[in-house]
Amino acid sequence: MKITNEFKCVFPAVSSNESLARAALSAFLIPADPSAQELADLRTVISEAVTNAIVHGYRNSTGLISICLRMLPDRVLYIRVSDKGCGIPDIEQAMTPLYTTAPEEERAGLGFAIMQEFTDKLHVRSSVGNGTTLTMRRRLGQIHAEED
Amino acid sequence: MQIHYDASSEQLLVMLSGEIDHHTSIPLRTEIDTEIYAHMPGILILDFGDVTFMDSSGIGLIMGRYKILHPMGGELILQNPSSYLNRMLRMAGMDRLAEIRTITNQEALS
Repeated sequence: MKITNEFKCVFPAVSSNESLARAALSAFLIPADPSAQELADLRTVISEAVTNAIVHGYRNSTGLISICLRMLPDRVLYIRVSDKGCGIPDIEQAMTPLYTTAPEEERAGLGFAIMQEFTDKLHVRSSVGNGTTLTMRRRLGQIHAEED
Repeated sequence: MQIHYDASSEQLLVMLSGEIDHHTSIPLRTEIDTEIYAHMPGILILDFGDVTFMDSSGIGLIMGRYKILHPMGGELILQNPSSYLNRMLRMAGMDRLAEIRTITNQEALS
């Protein structure tokens, strides 16, 4: 896999770091000059992935979240978000819209649906007791001179 | 966030601002609910005009307030979402729970 640019970071799974993950992604994307829509979509995607790791992966525990961002040829953005939390016993069920294991925290159960909608490819690898890794790809459109 | 209750129309207006994610939605929820239970409004208006980011935590926030209002016979209005937010709201089916509307500054003052 040829990589044009790459950024990796590791941070504690605390909710104040959700905005940090979005800021890191925004900064990484500056050279690619994404459209306003693409940037908004991708900021939402990484926010959902990191929130899932905090709320579900490290539920009742603490740990680290790793992010890897890569710019691949043809303006394909690769995002990997990993945790070493509790893992997902049933991935298919977890990905069902409106399904949530945390209704008391008012989780809408839409995280995966949004990540699927806003990316071209989404892959979930999870092992109970060992953690979860999400990998996603989204191809950016051509650079536009001016967007709304 | 600014909250204003108008007793004559029984409307509770919540002007949300900034980024709504899992981290920020927790204190927002507490603050809004305190006002809901204090006034028992007929209409709750959540205004998104100054919201710069929202993920599914914001959808959870809306659904949670709907669940409180609905049994009281209250109505929910989602106001002034950006085009991006509007897409998220409709994707999540929020248009089935609430009226989504855009109002101008002029209308807001009248």
